[in-house]
Formats: sequence, C-alpha cells, structure tokens
Amino acid sequence: MEIDPFIFRLSIFILSIFIGYYVVWSVTPSLHTPLMSVTNAISSVIIVGAIIAGLAGNSENVFNISSIFGFLAIFLAAINIFGGFLVTQRMLQMYKKKKKDK
Amino acid sequence: MSANLSAIFYLISGILFILALRGLSSPETSRQGNLFGILGMIIAITVTFLSIENFSSGFIYVLIILLVGGSIGAFIAYKIPMTAMPELVAGFHSLVGLAAVFVAIAAFLNPEAFNLGSLGNIKLGSLIEMSIGATVGAITFSGSIIAFLKLQGIMSGAPITFKGQHFFNALILISIIILIYMLCITQSSNLFWFLLAVSFLIGFLIIIPIGGADMPVVISMLNSYSGWAAAGIGFTLENTALIITGALVGSSGAILSYIMCKGMNRSFFNVILGGFGAKDQSLNKQNKEKKPVKSGNAEDAAFLMKNASSVIIVPGYGMAVAQAQHALREMVDTLKKNNIKVSYAIHPVAGRMPGHMNVLLAEANVPYDEVFELENINNDFSNTDVSFVIGANDVTNPAAKTDTASPIYGMPVLDVEKCKSVLFVKRSLSPGYAGVDNELFYRDNTLMLFSDAKKMVEDITKALE
Repeated sequence: MEIDPFIFRLSIFILSIFIGYYVVWSVTPSLHTPLMSVTNAISSVIIVGAIIAGLAGNSENVFNISSIFGFLAIFLAAINIFGGFLVTQRMLQMYKKKKKDK
Repeated sequence: MSANLSAIFYLISGILFILALRGLSSPETSRQGNLFGILGMIIAITVTFLSIENFSSGFIYVLIILLVGGSIGAFIAYKIPMTAMPELVAGFHSLVGLAAVFVAIAAFLNPEAFNLGSLGNIKLGSLIEMSIGATVGAITFSGSIIAFLKLQGIMSGAPITFKGQHFFNALILISIIILIYMLCITQSSNLFWFLLAVSFLIGFLIIIPIGGADMPVVISMLNSYSGWAAAGIGFTLENTALIITGALVGSSGAILSYIMCKGMNRSFFNVILGGFGAKDQSLNKQNKEKKPVKSGNAEDAAFLMKNASSVIIVPGYGMAVAQAQHALREMVDTLKKNNIKVSYAIHPVAGRMPGHMNVLLAEANVPYDEVFELENINNDFSNTDVSFVIGANDVTNPAAKTDTASPIYGMPVLDVEKCKSVLFVKRSLSPGYAGVDNELFYRDNTLMLFSDAKKMVEDITKALE
C-alpha cells in the first residue's frame, strides 16, 4: 500500500513544530519583540499562494473574481514582508554592546 | 521549473527561515539571521514566479502590486516610533490573517489553479485544510484588529464583558465545526461565506473581554494563530515552505504566550476568559486613605542617588507612554559620570508585548549587556542602594509574595523593596491595572516621586549636575 503524500506533509509539519519549539526557547528574551516582527514577516510567505491565485486568470481575462482575491492577498502580504523585515532590521541595528573605551 | 525542483527550493527557503529565528539567540547573530530570512523570502517568491509556466499579462500587475504594497510596508517600517511597536505588530498580524483568508477564497473559487479539483468538486482533504486555514485566518484578522484598536487607544482597554459570553462563544465555536463538516459534504459556497462570517465574529468576541495590560498574551496568541493559518493554507497548496513557516510561527507564538502567562502566574485560559481585577477594586478602597506615604521631589531623588554606589532601574509601560527612555538614559549617563553602577531590571510582562522594554532601551542607546531579566537580577536588589521604578507598578508589588488574598499572589515580582531605598516615579497613588494597591508605596524606604515620568527624570538630571 502506498503512503498518502499528506502523511509526508504532516511529518514535515510536526517536525517543524519541534524545531520551532527548540529554536524559539533559545531566543534571548531581550529579542522577543524582533522575534514577533520577524515571524510576522516570514509567515507572509503565504504570498506564494497569492501569486498563484493572481496569475491563474488567462490572458484575455486577467481579473476574474478568484485572481482579484489573489491580487488583494499579494498586496497585504507585500506590506507585511517589506514592513516586517525592515522594522526588524531597524530594531536589531539598535542593540549595541557597551563600549569598552569610555 | 519542474515541481520537484521548486519543492526543493521551497525546502531551502524553509530552512533559511529556521536560521532566521536561530539568529535571534543573541544580538550579534540576529542581523545575519534577518538577512537569511530575507533571502528565504526572495527564493520563495522567485521560485513561485518561475514555476508558473504560462505567464499571462497578469504578471505585470503582480509586480506592480508587490511594489506598491512593499513601498507602503517600507514606509511604515521607517516611520513607526518604537513605542508604537505593539500596535504595529498587531496590525501586521491582521494583514497576515486577511491574506490567508483571501488565498483560501481564491482557492475555493478557482481550485483548478491549485490542482485541487474543480469548483463544487474540491478534494475532501484540501477542502478541510482550506476551511481550517480560512477560519483561523479570519479569527487572526478580526482579533488583531480589536487588539490594534485597544493598543492604539481608539477602543477602551477595559475588558468588555456581557452575560452568557462564554456560553455564546462556545456555541459559535461548535457551530464552526458543524459548518466545516457541512461544507465538506455539500461543497456549497454559501456555507463557505457563512463560515468566514462566523469566524470573523468569533475573533472579535474572543478579544473584547481581554484587558489592555493582558495584551502581551493576546499579541503572542495572535502571532501563533497567524502561523497556524499559514500552515493550513500550506497544506492546501502542498507547499513545504508555507508548512514549515506556519509551524515555526505557530510554535513561536505559543511559547511566547506561555512565557507571558507565567510572568503573570495566570493560566492561559484565565487570561482568555478575561475580566481580570474587576471585582477586587472596591475591597482595596476602604483602607487606602489611611496609610502615610513619603513623597519627595527631584532634588531629594538626586541626593539619594548621588550618595549611592549602585542603582537598578525598573522600567514599565508608563515609561513607554511618557516616551521617557531617552531622558532616562541621559540621567543614567550622569549617574555613571559619578561612578555609580547602573543596571536595568526587566520583568517578563513589562510593557504591552514581549521584549517591549528592551527595544525601547535599545532605541535610547542603552547597551544590552546592562539590561537584565528578572531571574538574573532579582538577587542583586538586596545589595543595591537605590532602585528607581519608572512606569512599572504591579510587577514590583511585594504583596504578590505574601498576601494570599491578593489577585496577583504568586506572580513573580522584582524584589525592589530589598534595596536600601526605593524611588517610585508615578503620577498618582492609583492602583495598577490589576486594581491592586501596591504595598511598596507605604514602605519606610520608599520615596514617591509624583510627576510625569519624563519630566521627573529630566529634573533629576538637572539636579544631579
């Protein structure tokens, strides 16, 4: 009997939860705010679904109802991707060590 | 590009996202981690473009929308003040949630594009995954909107409760499960819209009874939801990058919620069921007026600190509200010039989101190795001369250790009262969000400084010079 591909995806999912668990516990508490903004940015990888939906229309009819929802999702996810990564970068730039020389 | 090759690339971008989170284990590696994250995103988007073979003219629209959305995001990222970070994150969560809903709608209306069957005849597994993704996405969206409005102060931070609330919410949650079940049987689009509407409603109802100061838990929880929504969509689209990311974000948010709950010694359900502290206020009012309080001015505070050899600063949400972080750092600079050792003590739930205080201090150029978490600094209070509490309240209340009747009993607190003297900057004697009177105010070694936090700190700096 063949294994349903769903089981493989489920395995990836569960193993990733474990990876997430151990990786996130090792994040230093002072970086919890950047952690939230960067997880927010990477969860916008949902844009891949949005792009497929947006480009699903044929050449004569680019805007059918399904592709419009795709375009809207691209717009929202794009705000998140750029906003999320840039604001994380901006925050991380501010974390500095004590200067040795006074 | 073949499906197998793109799957490999999606796996690579998933791994890069893991490395992005791994980088956050220390500030030195964090910037590099963020670059890994950006690289992972670029790979995922490029591969998606390449895997679509017949480019319609829609391609150009996708690029335009990507750039417009991106510019708006970049603009927000550069303009936002650091004190508004909780609102920003809540707002961004709502966008992820809504994007998940839109992708699910697109997939429902045009399943051919995603190889999920045809309209009205979608594969059962995909339909279940899609409805779960859409439901969680919708809850994330409406919940985050409420969190955003509460944080922004547009909506009152006070818990909104009504009779039968929990029963009503439970009813809605059950009806969501029934709706998904019926949707799978009938494939009816009307049921799909109805499911979305109900999910938006429950997201709204879950967050309204939660008070403003419980926001650290709420934001972390919504962070987690946005991950599960992404994972649900990832299963629908059979996309590894999305599944990995969803799992990472989901568990990250869950861990943060756990840490925040622990910081308040409350169970997750206790927070979610809401309505904290509403009952106990009347009890505390009776004996409040009688106790004497010592209060002082900026000169008194400056005198105390000048004669100290070590000072611990305890910042809280009030510092963020007063935007006092820069003025505070200037005061600390002056103290350091007088050879006084200064460190900062951060309670896990200080502020309105995890790590809120750390970001504000970093913004004010406070080196991160002077900033300590509760468990690393709590033993130092007993051999410190002065602790300077600015904008924090409940997290310093010694009653949490002694008074079993107190609503905050058992919550881990900073042992500021063990210092030789405590300076407490506050506008008035009003209790904190928990509605609990702070015993610390009436201690012999406490000097209250009644003023706006920023103004007081500036005055102290002047008096020190």
